[in-house]
Amino acid sequence: MSGVSATAIMDAADVGRALTRIAHEVAERNRGVDGVVLVGIHTRGVPLADRLAAKLAEIEGRPVPVGALDVSMYRDDIGLRPPSAGHDTHLPFDLTAKVVVLVDDVLYTGRTIRAALDALVDFGRPRAIQLAVLVDRGHRELPLRADYVGKNVPTASDEAVRVQLDETDGDDGVVLERPAGVAGDGAAAGRVEAGHTGRPA
Amino acid sequence: MNKHLLSAGDLTAADITRVLDTAAHLASVTDRAIKKVPTLRGRTVCNLFFEDSTRTRISFELAAKRLSADVINFSAKGSSVAKGESLKDTAVTLEAMGVDAIVVRHGASGAPWQLARWVDAVVINAGDGTHEHPTQALLDLYTMRQHFPRFGGLRVAIVGDVLHSRVARSNVLALTTMGAEVTLVAPPTLLPARVDAWPVAVSYDLDAVLPKQDVVMMLRVQLERQQAGFFPSLREYARLYGLDAVRLAAMAPHAIVMHPGPMNRGVEIAAEVADSIERSVIASQVSNGISVRMAMLYLLLGGPPVPGLDDGPVQAAEPAGEVVRGG
Repeated sequence: MSGVSATAIMDAADVGRALTRIAHEVAERNRGVDGVVLVGIHTRGVPLADRLAAKLAEIEGRPVPVGALDVSMYRDDIGLRPPSAGHDTHLPFDLTAKVVVLVDDVLYTGRTIRAALDALVDFGRPRAIQLAVLVDRGHRELPLRADYVGKNVPTASDEAVRVQLDETDGDDGVVLERPAGVAGDGAAAGRVEAGHTGRPA
Repeated sequence: MNKHLLSAGDLTAADITRVLDTAAHLASVTDRAIKKVPTLRGRTVCNLFFEDSTRTRISFELAAKRLSADVINFSAKGSSVAKGESLKDTAVTLEAMGVDAIVVRHGASGAPWQLARWVDAVVINAGDGTHEHPTQALLDLYTMRQHFPRFGGLRVAIVGDVLHSRVARSNVLALTTMGAEVTLVAPPTLLPARVDAWPVAVSYDLDAVLPKQDVVMMLRVQLERQQAGFFPSLREYARLYGLDAVRLAAMAPHAIVMHPGPMNRGVEIAAEVADSIERSVIASQVSNGISVRMAMLYLLLGGPPVPGLDDGPVQAAEPAGEVVRGG
């Protein structure tokens, strides 16, 4: 990690509180969880969706179905990056007429979410799709927004937001990494070190 | 992984694992109501078949279509090849039409290799002469992996006309790369001359080999070659090297039976063995073929342009979002 300075912007307690708030917001906005399903986007959206489902079940006293979505076959940069093997998409319910809450860790350019929207409609016609993210770091390249945001983090484009989760990384937390030294000089290093927050390799 | 898929021997263990993993994820596309993903939209795949084929051509065609690629089917019959056009002229013509990948089956061993030297498109060997059929080996490995956790130490017998079998060659290469223990079983006349140099065991006695195997792969007796007198009669061949119910009973209870198709029922494999629901995985080999070929097309066509051909602007212009968060 040489050439990168890291600042913690959320610790484990912050992550837990943000998810609790989002769970309440989901329940409030949809007047309960009737017809609501959660769909996590691989990789870190999947454990986040599981946790949100657990919190919603606690709040509403009934289980909320959870699925996992892999968007690698729907991305708009296929052919520009090495192909990745992807993950299994597992949607153990019919999406038709459901309210789907998409869950991801970081909202950045919006391109993953666009791919996810395309992927979802191949499985059915949801009544509505909402988006929940742990961190919104700005720099959108598409006209998309999140319905539920754990934390808004203003960033520079050469910085990287690294979300760590217990399930995937052994610990909870969000770190902002910026290239050390002058920004232009370190941009390349920032891109390299941003592997954790990039798409699964 | 190389730009082309010409030989199963070009694939490292990591490459093979990557293909099988990718195939496992792509397999779910087939289970959906909409059996299609937009991954290879705008790419064109040409099936260039100089030999007859049902399952391989259809399998490649379905694989390409499930990835949203455009598919051209070219068979030698009814084409300019019938008018005497050479392989090179055919290839250059296809290239000029902007084909991104050529899936080639040809009666001459090495034809795909030669083709790959003439064209910029990705070349995938779908069977060349008696040489190789790498996607068949990959789908066979995929099918084995559905039944056995690892290849290390897996005992695989390949039985029959090894001499003329491109399936056997590709399987030997891929299986030994993965650490499996391969035994070839055939009459001496149907084994290649330098088989002693292959990293495999060789036996002429099927009954001695069968009980020890995890996988028994029966090869098609190439009846069109039977005139050359490689064995006295089909009946004798069936008696010595055919897999019937008695031999099936001698196999380990967990062992599976494979066949690349098309089968000669009653010759190398008895109908009751081929149709055995518990032991025969021949039907799943066919369905797995689509997933494996999807994986191969995706891995060869879904990556960045090969440096030197079309590098530069596309990647250079990509902002930090490419490597950092995509969404």
